[in-house]
Amino acid sequence: MADRPVNVVIATDCGSTTTKAILIEKVGDVYRQTFRGEAPTTVEAPFEDVTKGVLNSIQEIEELSGRKILDGEKIITPANGNVGVDIYVSTSSAGGGLQMMVAGAVAAMTGESAQRCALGGGAIVMDVLASNDGRAGFEKIERIRQLRPDMMLLSGGTDGGTISHVVEMAEYISAADPKPRLGIGYKLPIIFAGNKDAAKRVQEILGEKMSLEVTDNIRPTLERENLMPARHRIHDLFLHHVMQQAPGYKKLIAMCGAPIIPTPAAVGDIIERVAKKEQINVLGVDIGGATTDVFSVFQKVFNRTVSANLGMSYSISNVLAEAGLDNIMRWVPFDIDEQDLRNRIKNKMIRPTTIPFTVDELMIEQAIAREALRLALTQHKMLAVGLKGVQQERSISDAFSQTASGQSLINMMDLHLVIGSGGILSHAPRRVQSMVMMTDSYQLEGITRLAVDSIFMMPHLGVLATVNEKAATDAFEHDCMVYLGTCISPVGVAKDGEKCVDLKISGDLTVNESIPYGELKLYKLDVGKTAKLEATPARGFDVGAGKGKPLTTTIHGGVGGVLVDTRGRPLVLPTDKKQRVAVLTKWAKALDLYPELKR
Amino acid sequence: MAHAYTPGLRVTESAVIRKRRILPIQGTVMVRVGQKVTASDVVARAEIPGKVHTVNIVNKLSIEASETKRFMKKKETEVVKKDEVIAENSPMIKWFKTSVTSPIDGTIESISDVTGQVLLREPPRPLNLLAYIEGTIVEVIEREGVVIECPAAFTQGIFGIGGETSGIIEPVAKSPDADLTPAEITSAHAGKILIGGRHASMAVIRRAIEVKAAAIVIGGIHDKDLREILGKDLGVAITGTENVGLTLIITEGFGSIPMARKTFDLLVGKKGRKASCSGATQIRAGVIRPEIVIPADHAGGPGGPEGERTGMKPGDPVRIIREPMFGRLGAIKSLPPDLTAIPTESHVRVLVVSFPDGSEATIPRANVETIES
Repeated sequence: MADRPVNVVIATDCGSTTTKAILIEKVGDVYRQTFRGEAPTTVEAPFEDVTKGVLNSIQEIEELSGRKILDGEKIITPANGNVGVDIYVSTSSAGGGLQMMVAGAVAAMTGESAQRCALGGGAIVMDVLASNDGRAGFEKIERIRQLRPDMMLLSGGTDGGTISHVVEMAEYISAADPKPRLGIGYKLPIIFAGNKDAAKRVQEILGEKMSLEVTDNIRPTLERENLMPARHRIHDLFLHHVMQQAPGYKKLIAMCGAPIIPTPAAVGDIIERVAKKEQINVLGVDIGGATTDVFSVFQKVFNRTVSANLGMSYSISNVLAEAGLDNIMRWVPFDIDEQDLRNRIKNKMIRPTTIPFTVDELMIEQAIAREALRLALTQHKMLAVGLKGVQQERSISDAFSQTASGQSLINMMDLHLVIGSGGILSHAPRRVQSMVMMTDSYQLEGITRLAVDSIFMMPHLGVLATVNEKAATDAFEHDCMVYLGTCISPVGVAKDGEKCVDLKISGDLTVNESIPYGELKLYKLDVGKTAKLEATPARGFDVGAGKGKPLTTTIHGGVGGVLVDTRGRPLVLPTDKKQRVAVLTKWAKALDLYPELKR
Repeated sequence: MAHAYTPGLRVTESAVIRKRRILPIQGTVMVRVGQKVTASDVVARAEIPGKVHTVNIVNKLSIEASETKRFMKKKETEVVKKDEVIAENSPMIKWFKTSVTSPIDGTIESISDVTGQVLLREPPRPLNLLAYIEGTIVEVIEREGVVIECPAAFTQGIFGIGGETSGIIEPVAKSPDADLTPAEITSAHAGKILIGGRHASMAVIRRAIEVKAAAIVIGGIHDKDLREILGKDLGVAITGTENVGLTLIITEGFGSIPMARKTFDLLVGKKGRKASCSGATQIRAGVIRPEIVIPADHAGGPGGPEGERTGMKPGDPVRIIREPMFGRLGAIKSLPPDLTAIPTESHVRVLVVSFPDGSEATIPRANVETIES
C-alpha cells in the first residue's frame, strides 16, 4: 500500500492507566518524534469517556510544542504552518484490552493455531478449548459460561477434514450461550475460521444466538497455517463491535484517520517490519504492570504471546507465586527477611503506581523483573513452535536424530536483536541495568544486540506504519530505539577462573584479552560505533560458530557498551546465601551497576 | 497541564453514596424510582440458565451419529426426570436392548445428528440481587438493575477479601496502633463489624470466624496469613468472591501498620450503627476498593455529594505508601515542580512531607496517597 502523504502526525496509545500522545513531524526529509504528552486514561468512572484522556494528553503536547492541535474537542486537520496535524491515529488496550476465547478441534493443532491467531491479533487468550483438551463436555460448557470474553474464535478441521469435532465445539458454545464482557444486551461476536465444509452447520447452530462471521480456515491443511484473514476479522470486530461498547470509543473512532488497532498488535507489526527490513531474528518484550508481551520473529515466522498475569505492579505478586521466592532471591545481592519481602511485594500489588525509592528496593524490583521476563519467555517458547502434526520425510541419516514436529522456533544462539520495552527496562536509572536484566533472564547466547524502546512509542509507530511506513520507520530508527550495545556470551560450562574466551576487538574499540570463566565485563563502545570482533572460545565453548571454533563478526555499540558474559550457559547461581551475595556483589561492582553497595 | 492523578482513599463523615446494582444477565427490576429499600431487600431478579450436561448417544448405543434422532425417546425442549429413558435401541433380541437415561432433572436442549450428542439443561436458578445498602432508588435501568442513593459516612480500605455483608459497628481495639488479640473477640461479636487497630494475626481472624463476626476492619495483616486464609498465594488483586467465613478489610497495607487516626476515629464514632461493607477489591481497570458504608441516622444531615478529585496541594494530609517510611502519616509541605534525583538515581516528581513530630522528608509523589474526605 502506498504511503499517505503526511508531514505532521499525532498518535496516541490509550493504555489501561495512561494515555500517551506523541507528535511526529517531518524535519527536512526525515520524520522525527518531537514532543510527547500523557494523561490518565478516562475509560472508567467518573469520566467514562476515553476521548477526555486523549484530549488531555494532546493538550499537553500543545503546551510543550506551541502547535495548536485542538479546536475545542476536535483535532484540526490538515496541518497548516503551526496549526493542526495531517492525521491522528491511535491504538488501545484500555479496559483490559481485547479478551478472547478460542476453540479448535485438536488442542495441539487447530487449537494452537487459533491461539497464535488471536495472540497475533493483539488479544489476551482467556482459554483454549478443544475436543481433546481433557475436559468433559459439561466442564467445557461451564468454562465458556464463566468467562465473559469480548470475542470468540472457533477453528477446527483442515478443509475437507473433520466436521463432527467442529460441530461438537459449536454445540458446546451454543449451549453455554456466553455473554460479552462489555454491553449487557448485545450479541457476542464469534469468528468461524475452520473447515469450510462445517461452516453451514456452524451457521445453523450459532447464527441466531451470536454475531457470527465466517472467514478462511486458519489451518487449511496440516502443513499450512493461514492466520491473516482471521486476524483481519479480529481487528474488524474489535473496531466495530467490542470498541463500540467501551465508553467514548465511538467518538474516538470518528476522530481517527485510520482504524484503531489493539496495542499489542501494533507493537507486533513494528517488530515484524524491523525483522523483515534487516533480515534478522528479533525478540521483543513489553513488560507492563499487569502483563508481559513477548514478540519474536525467527526464520521469518512471527509469534506473539502474552503472559496475562506476569507484570511489575498489578501482577507482581503473581510473579512471586509462579517463580517462587528462591528464584527471585537468587538475583538479590543482599539478604532480606522473607515476611518483609512478601509484604513489600503485596504492598506493590495493592498500590501499583509506587516506585522504588532506595537502591535496595530497586534491586528487588529488578530481581522480580528478571523472573517475569524469564517466565514469559518460557511461555513464549512453548507456543512459538513449528506446526504440529505435519508429516515429515526422513532419510536414513535422520534415523538417529529424529525430532518431532512442533519444535520451538526460538533458538537463542540465532537471535540477533532483543528489544525491551516497559517502565522497568526503558526507565532503569542506569542503562546497563536493563542490559543485565535481559541478559540474565534470557540467558543470551553468542552475539546479541540489545535495545530498549525509549518512551514506549512502538504502538504509535505500529499504527502509523499502516498509513505511512516511512514516517514510522524514521521515527523508530531515530527516536524510538535506544541501542544498549552488544552482549557476547559463550555457551558452555567450566570452573571459575578457567579459560573461557579470547577476545580481539578492533575498530572503534580495542581489546586484546583472555576472559576467564565466571566474569562479567563491560567495555565502552558508543551508540553508532562499530568494531570488529574476533572471538576464540576455549574447548567446549561456543560463541556462534560451534564449540571451540573462532568467530569473526561486527559488533555494535550503545549507551551501555559491549558486555562480555562468561558466567556460562546455563547460568547457575550459588545456592548458598553468602556465596550468592558475594558473587552478585562482585558482578555488580564490575559493571558499576548500582550507585552504592555499602552494607 | 493535564490533571495529575492522585490516588487516595476516601474517609468521610458525610457523603451521598450512589450504588449501581446491575444483574449479570438481563432480568426483572423489582423496585421503582423513589422507593426506600433496606440492605437486604431484593431490587432485581434474574434466572440464571441451568447447568448443561452432555450425553453421547452414539457411543452408548453403538449407532451412527446421523441415526441419533431415530433412537431418541424424547424430543428437544421436552422435560425429563433423572433416570428417565431418553434414548433406546430396539434389537431383535430384547436381551441386547440398551437404554440411555437422563443424568438430571431438566429439559432436552439439543440433539445433534452430526456428533450424536444430546445436551440436557438443569432448570434455571433464580438470582436475587440485594440492595446491599439502605437508601432510595433514584434510577431504574430497565431489565438490568437500579441506582440506590444514600446519605452516609463512608470509608474505603486498600484491600479486602470476602463479599458484601452488613452488621453493627463494634470497635474492639482501644487505639489505632493497638493490635487485636484473640481474647478480645467474644461470642457477643457474632454478626458484627469489628474495628481493629494496627494488626490482626491469623489467630485473631480464626477467632472472629469462629464467633461468626460479619467483618474485621484492620490496619494491616501479614501476607503469610492471607495465604493461609485463602489456601493459596494471591497473584492478582481481584477479590470479593472468597468464602472464608467473614469479610476482611485492611485499611493501610500488608504488615503491621497503625490504622490512620481519621479512619479509626470515624469508625469508632459510629459504634452501634448499622453498616454495609464489602471486601471486593479490583486494582486494575475499573478500580474497586473495599468499603464501609454507614447510612446517616435521621438526625444527621444528608451530607454533600462526592467531590471531584483535584491535584495535591500543600496542607493535604497524606500517607506514605512505600518503604522506607511506609505507613507514616503527615501533611504536604511543598510540591517542588522540578524533577528531583532520588537515591535510586531516577529523576522523579517529589513532594516534601512534614510529620507530626516536626521532621520532614522528600518523597516521590507516586509514593504518597492523599487521605480524601
